Amino acid sequence: MDLLANLAVGFSVALSPTTLFLAVVGCFLGTIIGSLPGLGPSNGVAILIPLTFSLGLDATAALVLMTSVYYGAMYGGRISSILLNIPGDEPALMTTLDGYPMAKKGQAGEALVLSGVASFVGAFLATIGLMLLAPVLANVAYLFGPAEYFALYLLAFSTLGGIASNNQAKAALASCIGLAIAMIGLDNTTGMPRFTYGNLHLMDGVDFLVAIVGLFAVAEVFFFIESHGKESSLGAKLEKVTIPFKMIARTGWTMLRSSAVGFVAGVLPGAGASLGSFLAYMTEKSIAGPNSGFGKGEPKGVAAPEAGNNAAAGGALVPMLTLGVPGSGTTAVLLALLLTLNITPGPTLFADRPDVVWGLIASLLIANFVLLAMNVPLVKIFVYVLQVPPGILLPGVTMISFVGIYSLSGSYFDLLLMVGFGVMGYLLRKLDVPTVPIILGILLGNNMEDALRRAMVLSDGDPVFLFSSPISIGLWVAAIAGFVAPMFLRRFIRKPQAITD
Amino acid sequence: MRSDRIFGLVVILVALAYIASAFQIQTSFMSDPVGSKTFPILIGIVAALCGGVMVFRPDEEPEWPALRTLLSLLISVVILVLYAYALKPLGFLIPTAIAAGILSYQIANKVVFAVLSGLGLSVGLFLLFKFALGLGLVPFPKG
Repeated sequence: MDLLANLAVGFSVALSPTTLFLAVVGCFLGTIIGSLPGLGPSNGVAILIPLTFSLGLDATAALVLMTSVYYGAMYGGRISSILLNIPGDEPALMTTLDGYPMAKKGQAGEALVLSGVASFVGAFLATIGLMLLAPVLANVAYLFGPAEYFALYLLAFSTLGGIASNNQAKAALASCIGLAIAMIGLDNTTGMPRFTYGNLHLMDGVDFLVAIVGLFAVAEVFFFIESHGKESSLGAKLEKVTIPFKMIARTGWTMLRSSAVGFVAGVLPGAGASLGSFLAYMTEKSIAGPNSGFGKGEPKGVAAPEAGNNAAAGGALVPMLTLGVPGSGTTAVLLALLLTLNITPGPTLFADRPDVVWGLIASLLIANFVLLAMNVPLVKIFVYVLQVPPGILLPGVTMISFVGIYSLSGSYFDLLLMVGFGVMGYLLRKLDVPTVPIILGILLGNNMEDALRRAMVLSDGDPVFLFSSPISIGLWVAAIAGFVAPMFLRRFIRKPQAITD
Repeated sequence: MRSDRIFGLVVILVALAYIASAFQIQTSFMSDPVGSKTFPILIGIVAALCGGVMVFRPDEEPEWPALRTLLSLLISVVILVLYAYALKPLGFLIPTAIAAGILSYQIANKVVFAVLSGLGLSVGLFLLFKFALGLGLVPFPKG
């Protein structure tokens, strides 16, 4: 009974008063961050990382705080989807399809409670799945040599680009931009500077936190300036919150199925939560048949994407912890957090730092219950938060980003770089170039190159070595299929677009 | 259509420049079969190919903002750059109030509201950072 012993270790870490307190604070902050329009989980976690750093927390505490923020933000994302018809981030888009119509029918309270319960079911089952699957995968990960890792990184880029975006070339370009930025700085192997052009600030490379905050948070400010904050009036009123037991019972199977679908989607490296909520919604829609009222305020259409989305968020932690390959935008940000805390994810993490891994898993379990308690009876508080006008919110976010990045290094150069990334993020998103692969590229670029170079050292420069084991061949096939297949499938499966009034 | 084509061309040019400067990387006595040039060059080639695809198979034209909105975007970028330079020598409170106020005006277009949110954010965030998070911010310029 390794699992129980491990869990006991985890709970002994997670149930200390400080950690528990941090989990509650993280859940609360996370729900607020997730529910604020234009401040999704990735943004929120990204802005908070530098601040967490300056608090001087130890690794476990910081990790517990940020993952509760992450889970909280996944819960909170549904509030703005349902009440404002504005998804906080990509995965929450599917919740708007039935959530907003429900709210317009006067069932806002029911939709919020139902989606809260669905989020809980998804996240809880995914945490259990994480507990069972992660140690197994960690053992498999020991079989991974540099050639396999290289193929795995490739798989992450190709599935992220292939499935999550509309245009393969643009997604691949985004990965290249990220990888190219990662090359800046001193070469790991030879110690010689690359692409620094004599600039001393560039010698240690571009800090990924600067890029993340710039691409996500600062770019968001520019989008709000463009829209002049028009879009954030409450589209539906919330009168009273009752618990719709019948509705929850009726959507029970939907939640369970969607959790399973979402978890699997989350585990695939690179695919992540967007795919999870999308697949969950589409599965339920096709099970229910054409006359089921999906898209017109069907409760199952709210439960499915929320369970799927939160299950995927948990599933995405599996490849992130065991292989160091994040499964979504937000897990990429969490990986950034781990790296700043000097924790290298991978199979050895499970052997060397069981307190970190199991403490994290235990606090996720606790966070889930805290979030359920917070999100069902206290949902009204978060609805008030939604009414903060963007004219205060967005400048506030900008200033917090500046202070956070400034507190990292104390140099104006990083701040300029961050503004530059903000402008770049705005232009790229306008051109429909996804920004998440850029982050992934910056995070994984050096590891990917190292894997390639070590593989070539082992084989003395023979490229056939990259395809020499069954695992690596499988990963290459999956990578190519993941990149090419969506080009043909896109004709048949269209992503539903957000509905407009 | 046109935006994608222009962007694709820019990507190709930047990728070529990147490849060219990858060839300039100094190698040291320690080397491995791959070396420090190969991977960057590969990235440059893939990026240039992607740029090519964008030139020949562009997507639909995105909706670019009107001239007035572009102007307020430009103002905001300039303000953020100035703010980055001002934060250290001028302390936290004054530059933050000004920058937050101007940003708020660009978003909400209301003067009194912008002034108030600038001042409020500046003082509020300072108190939050100083006392709740214990960051060592300098409120006013020294001397």
